[in-house]
Amino acid sequence: MKKTILAIAVLLGTFFGAQAQKIKGSDIMLPLSQKEAESFMKANPSQTVTVTGGGSGVGISSLLEGTTDIAQLSRKIKFDEKQKLQEGGKTAKEVIAAYDALAIVVHPSNKVKDLTREQLEGIFTGKITNWKEVGGDDLKIIPYSRETSSGTYEFFKESVLKNKNYVNGIMSMPATGAIIQSISQTKGAIGYVGLAYLNKDVKAVHVSYDKGTTFVEPSVANAKNETYPIVRPLYYYYEIKAEKKVKPFIDYVLSEEGQKIVTEIGFIEL
Amino acid sequence: MKKTLRRMAERLVEAMLTLSGSVTSLAILLIIVFLFKEGTGLFNSPGVEKGYALCVNITNPVEQLTPYQIKQIFDSEIANWQEVGGADSEIMLFRFNEIFSMYSDEELGEDYALLPQKLGEVITQNPSVIAFLPERYLPQENTMVKILPSSTIRMADFFGGEEWLPTATPASLYGVLPLLSGTLWISIFAILIALPLGLGVAVYLSELADERVRKWLKPAIELLAGIPSVVYGFFGLVVLVPLIQQTLHLPVGETALAGSLILAVMALPTIITIAEDAMRNTPRAMREASLALGATQWQTIYKVVVPYASSGITAAVVLGVGRAVGETMAVLMVTGNAAVIPHSLFDSVRTIPAAIAAELGEAPAGGAHYQALFLLGCILFILTMLISASAEIINKRKYSNGI
Repeated sequence: MKKTILAIAVLLGTFFGAQAQKIKGSDIMLPLSQKEAESFMKANPSQTVTVTGGGSGVGISSLLEGTTDIAQLSRKIKFDEKQKLQEGGKTAKEVIAAYDALAIVVHPSNKVKDLTREQLEGIFTGKITNWKEVGGDDLKIIPYSRETSSGTYEFFKESVLKNKNYVNGIMSMPATGAIIQSISQTKGAIGYVGLAYLNKDVKAVHVSYDKGTTFVEPSVANAKNETYPIVRPLYYYYEIKAEKKVKPFIDYVLSEEGQKIVTEIGFIEL
Repeated sequence: MKKTLRRMAERLVEAMLTLSGSVTSLAILLIIVFLFKEGTGLFNSPGVEKGYALCVNITNPVEQLTPYQIKQIFDSEIANWQEVGGADSEIMLFRFNEIFSMYSDEELGEDYALLPQKLGEVITQNPSVIAFLPERYLPQENTMVKILPSSTIRMADFFGGEEWLPTATPASLYGVLPLLSGTLWISIFAILIALPLGLGVAVYLSELADERVRKWLKPAIELLAGIPSVVYGFFGLVVLVPLIQQTLHLPVGETALAGSLILAVMALPTIITIAEDAMRNTPRAMREASLALGATQWQTIYKVVVPYASSGITAAVVLGVGRAVGETMAVLMVTGNAAVIPHSLFDSVRTIPAAIAAELGEAPAGGAHYQALFLLGCILFILTMLISASAEIINKRKYSNGI
């Protein structure tokens, strides 16, 4: 009898003693957080970390409701989200876990090598419709975009289009893989994908944010030395009161080992 | 004793059947009520993003802007106040976030207490400004600031609008015409392709094929119906889309044609199986009577078998159309999803189900975008209801003609 009670006590102890942490939010960061969680749990067997997606907005509202410990966001927290957290008596602490660069890609046969931000804005807002206007062949430009629900869509709109709206009736694809597929088989196509998705089926153009003085190739090295302009941070947000609980995991991600995983996944380390 | 027990068991089964029937009907009714309640809420939503307002300087004569004008102003397509009935001066855009690059958080005071004041200053200093600000930080006391009244989304803008830009800020445009026309466009062509093919196969299977061929062919066709739609979509994107593009020399392969073809293939098994079953149900006596009267096999097919099976064939068509109108994933992957009204089969289209599937994930619950998506669901519901009702009517007429 005594033995059973002891066994139950030990079991309960390990169960409650184990720090179960939940991470929720951006789908883009999903592979990163999952990989980090896996190796973190391997290094600390007493800890459990569960990771779920749902979108950046879902992550923040879960943090507000207290159903997650860490929210992962592929964009900065919005002003009204911050306000809502404050109203709920919470303060979110922000940690940048990695960086992600967006590459502008075209069909491999396209002659155009360089594009300025202004030209990109013109193309995606529908002001420039033919490749010959930007130094290419006489060919119609077919811009591809991600679906409106994606964080990448918002980031591209903010960074490249300066908050202007995409051209009405832009081709929108449900996933990055679909964008690569479509661009690789459409001669006049142009689109944007995460740096990690670049492959030989598409050609990445060099981008200039200083009106054409310098054009920078999208690469991990250029993103790291901050010469490539279309780079966004990937964030973890957690409640300041829960810091003790989540700190080991956050520290692990920021450690050398954790940052190695960042590079493996295809993001840019800090 | 045994008898009463059996009777009680029967009663119990009857009661359970009635219950399950009524629960199902109630659930369907509730879903419809929910759908319409959420959907019609759109017309009570403000045209400008909820919780935000547009402000101009008091000297500006402009009193009201339509959502379309707001969108054009913030896209810099309208650059002068003259174009919307104001003075001849260039429009200066001011988005809320810009205040944070002008002042640091400390300068804005504890809990952003000084924020409305600073925003008021910006608007006072720039007579040609239009500012997009959250309602709780509006500079209410500043008499130099005029808040533009926000109208609710109008029905005419929804049902007659030609632009679907649900995430445009500050004013989203919910014009349903591109989506509705896109859905109907590819469904019509899908059925035009699938119907002759499907009927042909059904006639062959039920009348002409010998038993051995039928034994193999029918399960193979039924297997087609079991393939998940995302697999069809993937096949379409990787095989069909490049094929269409290369053979027809089009700039893009993601067209309404690709969607119609995929939908046709997907509707085929439904049409074939149901039509074939109906034809095989023609009584042997009728067939033999026709042959005995000297009719050829072909005459028997189209004078006796097809008319007898007409109700089944109509059912096949309706189910085929229903599948085409409601299909989501395959279409999402191959049509390019551009929200424009199609003018040819080679335009890219966005269908209603694809729009709902792609956008609902990030639409904030209860917001205007969310309600607009529900209203799209209502339209889809009415569409399929109309199709079923018309099929019912056609069926009845056929019977009263006395075949």
